[in-house]
Amino acid sequence: MSYATTIDHVHNADHPTGWRRWVLSTNHKDIGTMYIIFGAFGALFGSTLSLLIRLQLAHPHGTLLSGGEFQIYNIVITAHGLLMIFFFVMPVLIGGFGNWFVPLMIGAPDMAFPRLNNISFWLLIPSLVLLTLSIVVGSGAGTGWTFYPPLSSIGHPDAAVDFMLVSLHLAGASSILGAINFITTIFNMRAPGMTMHKAPLFVWGILVTAFLLLLAVPVLAGAITMLLTDRGFGTSFFEPAGGGDPLLFQHLFWFFGHPEVYIMILPAFGVISQVISTFARKPVFGYLGMAYAMVSIGVIGFVVWAHHMFTVGMDVNANAYFTAATLIIAVPTGIKIFSWIATMWGGSLTFETPMLYAIGFIILFVIGGVTGVTLANGGVDISLHDTYFVVAHFHYVLSMGALFGIFAGFYYWFPKMTGKMIPEWMGNIHFWITFVGVNLIFFPMHFLGLAGMPRRIPDYPDAYSGWNYIASLGALLTFAGAIYFALIVYYGFKWGKKAPSNPWGPGATTLEWTLPSPPPFHTFETQPHVS
Amino acid sequence: MRGLQTIDSFLQDFSGLLCAHNACPRESEELPVPRLKAGAKDCKDPKGPKQSRKRLHLFLTLIFSFVPYLAHADHPKPWQMYYQDPVTPVMDHLYDFHTLLLCIEGTIVLIVGALLIYVIIRFRASKNAAPSKVAHNTLLEVIWTAIPVLILVFIAFPSFKLLYMMDVTPKADLTIKAIGNQWYWTYEYPDHNIRFDSNIVPEDQLKSGQFRLLEVDNRVIVPTHTNIRIITTSSDVLHSWAVPAFGVKRDSVPGRLNETWFHVKKEGVYYGQCSELCGVKHGFMPIVVEAVTKAQFEQWLVSKKNPAQTPSGG
Repeated sequence: MSYATTIDHVHNADHPTGWRRWVLSTNHKDIGTMYIIFGAFGALFGSTLSLLIRLQLAHPHGTLLSGGEFQIYNIVITAHGLLMIFFFVMPVLIGGFGNWFVPLMIGAPDMAFPRLNNISFWLLIPSLVLLTLSIVVGSGAGTGWTFYPPLSSIGHPDAAVDFMLVSLHLAGASSILGAINFITTIFNMRAPGMTMHKAPLFVWGILVTAFLLLLAVPVLAGAITMLLTDRGFGTSFFEPAGGGDPLLFQHLFWFFGHPEVYIMILPAFGVISQVISTFARKPVFGYLGMAYAMVSIGVIGFVVWAHHMFTVGMDVNANAYFTAATLIIAVPTGIKIFSWIATMWGGSLTFETPMLYAIGFIILFVIGGVTGVTLANGGVDISLHDTYFVVAHFHYVLSMGALFGIFAGFYYWFPKMTGKMIPEWMGNIHFWITFVGVNLIFFPMHFLGLAGMPRRIPDYPDAYSGWNYIASLGALLTFAGAIYFALIVYYGFKWGKKAPSNPWGPGATTLEWTLPSPPPFHTFETQPHVS
Repeated sequence: MRGLQTIDSFLQDFSGLLCAHNACPRESEELPVPRLKAGAKDCKDPKGPKQSRKRLHLFLTLIFSFVPYLAHADHPKPWQMYYQDPVTPVMDHLYDFHTLLLCIEGTIVLIVGALLIYVIIRFRASKNAAPSKVAHNTLLEVIWTAIPVLILVFIAFPSFKLLYMMDVTPKADLTIKAIGNQWYWTYEYPDHNIRFDSNIVPEDQLKSGQFRLLEVDNRVIVPTHTNIRIITTSSDVLHSWAVPAFGVKRDSVPGRLNETWFHVKKEGVYYGQCSELCGVKHGFMPIVVEAVTKAQFEQWLVSKKNPAQTPSGG
């Protein structure tokens, strides 16, 4: 009897309730859930801003965001970029899915450093608060998400940019701590028998991402700190009048910024691999090639940064090098695309919503990838740099790449995380709305860019109005899809059928499907063995 | 040189194919732009690489022929889908190289799309109940690594050629300094002691035929058939001096002098816009270059040197 009481007591201590469960959480699933909810707020915030941008640009003469001589417009595009990257894609893919499923997939009871995990999440809250303040303080931060000086130093004298920079410092610290946690967990806490070469590709994706974060974000932190001291303490790292160089900032920023785009897409690669393998009912084709393709994308991703700077007047040999290095990235990316198709080849395919998103991901990522090859060429890039062609390109790889990866993962793991099923027809409709919507927004932007329309302008010559109008219609459709998605999630929670432990059949072979849906508060308290 | 030959031979093969499949002369009658008519003529007489490149343009034009306005313009046109009309040798090469890229990349997208559709139809569960267990094939993996490498090498040669062509300024006959300011451009002709500001023409002062957000009060006047060196810099934040029809875009960076060049082949007025976010009026500091004959340019120089007209020439 006393023995039972002790067990009960221990159990209660391990399963805090009320606010303690969340604020003081050291549980990877709860923290993952908080990341996903936080990311949903970020997405709502960021996509509302994108809708405002498209409304402003729906017709020439737009006046919606014309406040402060269009400073409002610049604030909105800045906040849109930062929100989507730091407060939507990264929290959901890495913090959300990574926290939830890396421990489950490798058979670990939790993350290696549960309290570190807690602070990684909670740092994001003040970070978002500061970013929000940067929108409203003074005249706001209208620097673009790249915040190049001197526009972000002498060009924005009031405190808004300082708020934005400190916000990114906090988000960066959160990312670094999270990365340390993931690396340690994946290297040290795999179940017996699960060698690295047996780890699911999602785990590989998170591992490579964590290394990129660990190596790239400190460089951003350095650049931000230098910019802050330029702004507040009279240094002149980036100020030519004091012997500094604005281009130094760009090099530092993109040394972080380019790995950052892979940070956003590699976890999505991992999700897509899991989903395609599940619904093809086949193991991933060329597993080792897939894993090391991600590793090589990560490595090469660090040596291509100045392809964002072909117009700044670098030495031509440097431009040639960055052209060549960037082109090389197409090779591992191609391996991934072909391997996904080969995984489907010979499979027994069914087309549940996650699979639709995964297939949509492949074709749209290929489109974004080939326009990336175009832009990689330093010569051609001169004509397209800072035009809407670039906007089209990076939204094809992010708004369709990372976003489709998020939706694929969400529909794939929703039954596992909540124990509820979302009706397939609802998800299917959501897929088609999103697919048509995002293509309507971003495909015409290729034409605008080729015709010469610069990005980040609040009004445009009348000739560009046709395609801009189409893009804005697409934005309305996509936004309607987002609202519909919120309703689907609500429906799923409220009326969704109870999910079995494995709703996806024999193709779902990773460890999380061996657990009940939703999994108990603590999982794998005894280690599973992987043969 | 090698790189260009690669494009040429590729395009020759490609355009031969196209001519066989498309009745070029008939189709071309609908095309209003001289450049394209020239391309159509070449179709009957497939000779030099120049012509075959033009035929590729025609091919693209045919693809896009449902569009009322075609790509060729020195200013953007409604529903435009492709580059503005190139008027410098650099932009000619850039245009051709991009067209080559577009063909290669379009083919890749079509192949991947076709594979996906085939797989979706052929291997859906109702057609293929028992999934295969094949999980690797070394030969296949080597092939789909090697072929992209070859394609990239094929792309890299013309790419480098274009890059180096853009970089090397030929002996310049005229130097113009473009200084970015928030939010207008200042131009200097150091050889001629000319300096003036170039501000956007506000909407209520536009004359008929002028383009809103693109017109300036003082255009940059340049002679045609002249190598012109452009030096860009800035007095405050970053800006970027860009003219799409020239294939020119060069950031203006405070504390730095950046250099690029162009050689306009055709008289006309060419429009561009600042291409680096520079603050609230970033969208309102256009660039207009008017290319005139050398004689007209000399006249303009004389009129500009009249001291009464250069009050701002500090």
